[in-house]
Amino acid sequence: MATAETTALRTAPAHRSGLWSWITTVDHKRIGILYGATSLFFLLVGGLEALLIRLQLAVPDNDLIGPELYNQLFTMHGTTMVFLVGMPIAVAFFNYIVPLQIGARDVAFPRLNALSYWIFLFGALLMNSSFLFGAAPNAGWFGYAPLTGEQYSPGLNIDFWVLGLQVLGVASIMGGINFITTIINLRAPGMRLMRMPLFTWMALVVSFLLITALPVFAVALFFLTFDRFWGTKFFVTSAGGDPILWQHLFWLFGHPEVYILILPAFGIISDVLPAFTRKPLFGYAIMVYSGILIGFIGWGVWAHHMFATGLGPVADAFFAAATMIIAIPTGVKIFNWLATMWGGSLRFDTPMLFCIALVGMFTIGGISGVHHATAPANLQQTDTYYVVAHFHYVLVGGLIMGVFAGLYFWLPKVTGRMLDERLGKLHFWLTVIGVNLTFFPMHFAGLLGMPRRIFTYSSELNLGSINMVITIGGIITAIATMIFVYNLWRSLRHGAPAGDNPWNAHTLEWATTSPPPEYNFGRIPEIRSREPMWDHPEEMIAAAQHVPEKPIHMPSPSYWPIFTAFGITLTAALFLTKIWWTPLLGLLWTAVGVVNWAFEPLER
Amino acid sequence: MEHAATHETATGLPTWKLGFWTFIGSETLFFGSLISTYMVYKGASVVGPYPHEILNIPLTTISTFVLLMSSFAMVLALAGVQQGNRKQALIWLAMTAGLGATFLAFQAYEFTEFYRHGLTLSTNLFGSTFFILTGFHGAHVTVGVIWLTILWVMALRGRLGPGDALKVEVAGLYWHFVDVVWIAIFTLVYLLQ
Amino acid sequence: MRADAEGSVGQEIERGTHSHPTWKTYTMVAIVLAIITAAEVAVFYVPSLEGALVPILLALSAAKFSLVVMFYMHLKFDSRIFSGVFLAPMSLAMVVIIGLILLFKVLPLYR
Repeated sequence: MATAETTALRTAPAHRSGLWSWITTVDHKRIGILYGATSLFFLLVGGLEALLIRLQLAVPDNDLIGPELYNQLFTMHGTTMVFLVGMPIAVAFFNYIVPLQIGARDVAFPRLNALSYWIFLFGALLMNSSFLFGAAPNAGWFGYAPLTGEQYSPGLNIDFWVLGLQVLGVASIMGGINFITTIINLRAPGMRLMRMPLFTWMALVVSFLLITALPVFAVALFFLTFDRFWGTKFFVTSAGGDPILWQHLFWLFGHPEVYILILPAFGIISDVLPAFTRKPLFGYAIMVYSGILIGFIGWGVWAHHMFATGLGPVADAFFAAATMIIAIPTGVKIFNWLATMWGGSLRFDTPMLFCIALVGMFTIGGISGVHHATAPANLQQTDTYYVVAHFHYVLVGGLIMGVFAGLYFWLPKVTGRMLDERLGKLHFWLTVIGVNLTFFPMHFAGLLGMPRRIFTYSSELNLGSINMVITIGGIITAIATMIFVYNLWRSLRHGAPAGDNPWNAHTLEWATTSPPPEYNFGRIPEIRSREPMWDHPEEMIAAAQHVPEKPIHMPSPSYWPIFTAFGITLTAALFLTKIWWTPLLGLLWTAVGVVNWAFEPLER
Repeated sequence: MEHAATHETATGLPTWKLGFWTFIGSETLFFGSLISTYMVYKGASVVGPYPHEILNIPLTTISTFVLLMSSFAMVLALAGVQQGNRKQALIWLAMTAGLGATFLAFQAYEFTEFYRHGLTLSTNLFGSTFFILTGFHGAHVTVGVIWLTILWVMALRGRLGPGDALKVEVAGLYWHFVDVVWIAIFTLVYLLQ
Repeated sequence: MRADAEGSVGQEIERGTHSHPTWKTYTMVAIVLAIITAAEVAVFYVPSLEGALVPILLALSAAKFSLVVMFYMHLKFDSRIFSGVFLAPMSLAMVVIIGLILLFKVLPLYR
């Protein structure tokens, strides 16, 4: 129980509230909240872009949105959802939850952590500022050359795309390094690797994917940038360049990227399910190994996105086989989740409902994925709505369901308040109905011949009814999301007090108060089990909520991360001036930030 | 007073060193992609100048040797810091940075020579892939030279004692990695034309 | 074995007396690196070795690479965790290099 004295001991000196404290924060919990809030904002932005797309496609021969704007909308919808929602929301969870799950006080490099967030925010703003110029990126989220080259995209659109993404990539790589180091090096005594929660395990695998895949994308973006700005010939056919190289480099990044997107959700539900089945996760070791295997094999399948480019039978066969193989560890996970539920004492609270939705809907997406893996059949499906159906089932049915499960589960820990169950269930059911109504018909639309990325379609295709159903599904999904936003707002103001462990869950973060103090644990506990809060709850709580006799000095706030992040983004933005020496000013700013940061002590 | 940042680590390994090795791991992918592209586009230039016309093996052999020796100097600099030998640290840090700068001078000369022979970034695929690959490598060397110079100044001011050895060790890891990338580039670009 | 987060020198020296390379080792490595470089260049200029140029040069540069990584970067004597976080990504880099060369240079020969 907190007394005035203990509260005084717990409260760090100045800068605990107010805008400046958030700007200079290096606390993983605050950075997690910043990531979460920003990605939820961009979820609404990307959702709006989707709604506009659906309104345009609701009826054939529609003229609500012309082709130019349409191209920008579907490009930004994809780019936003992948880079400004999917990735950062996972990082939001990594940030808040991982240190608490492993018994650490913060991540390995707290200021680097802050840097990653500010780079993310500024990069997102840079890319979206393109709308102000009427020149949002418009060549798809995958930016295929030669369309994105200077000849066919002479405007600012793709400049914003390459520069914005390059900036964002830096944040991801820095984050990956931070979490690998944190998870390997900052675990509490007794927290052996094979005792770590599955969510932390998936965070580790994803971090390795981030640090390996993003550099490849960075190189591809540099090539495209140099082609566009300085006349290099990387993707210029007349000089012997091969646009297919872009596709290879992009998908070498792009395929691990989709595992970066989904593995966090897999980790989330692996840690959420046990609380609602009252039994441990089935097959813990297999779940760890399958996650690692998915990460590794995921590097060998990239060209399955390129079956229609004429790779030849040998390459086609290899990549088709590798893709089918990766379905195995994935399928194993599905069965393990089912086995976790089987025979359990089930409680169908909202987090559990979203877990179940993920298991069902991701499976559907996985099945269409196997269809894509069959190279000959792929030629029928490529560039049709069949593909759109597939990846939305795995990303919305998989990632988003997992994210909502995690939000309903962990927000009480973050805010100290429960989300409303009735609103939660309403949100859930409307989402399930809306999402399935939106994406299931797309399988049929695709096989009936509806191409992707078209701003309108002829009434002669007889796809009007299917598209109308899809659009209605989209509107229902939008309404459902608004209900969640309302639930969130309401919870912050009037939510029922959560207490320390409202779900009676098994992982270490539930030993702390809700929210935890700045230093996380009064005393770092000694871990002796995979389910510490089920096996040794009193001991864990005693350690976590121990009142420290002497103040625990946490890393001090710093403005060098935001300063440096601004410099990096400025460097990229100055390329847009097309005056070659201006980015050097940005580099100078960045250098000032880095050097000052290097000489600033971590604790002051 | 408990300091959150200096608690014991789970592996017994220094956090900074672990983080930096991870960074180096990511850099292998960065340079790996650049090297892959060079290899893929080898022989694909439609117009000249071509590699065999302008690559200067004897000159590059010397600069390669210079960079290799700078790694040797770096190791001696680290030993100097670890043993609290300020003089050794100063001499060998300066040597490392100096040899690195010498390598950059060779690169600058090579680039201007190529430019005079009509090879630029935008001339052909050889120009594009060569200058991007060696340019990014050179940029990494430049950052390294600046880093080493800062360390040298710190040593001069007596602020680089044995307790700071980790800082120099990490700088050394960076420097050796940059050297190792050059080993690959020298073979794949210059010797295997 | 636990250590201070900054890795105090005391620890370093303690480990070092058992397995730390000496001045002599470092100098030997430097000499070997120089010799291998000379050998690489020599092989380049010998016409009769042209057929075997690729495997010889790859092997020689791999040797230099390993020497610098194992001795100068100390990986041979350090924790295997460092090797892990370096070699795992590097193996993927090899996948990228070999994969792209196969796809662009080797497979087209068999069309």
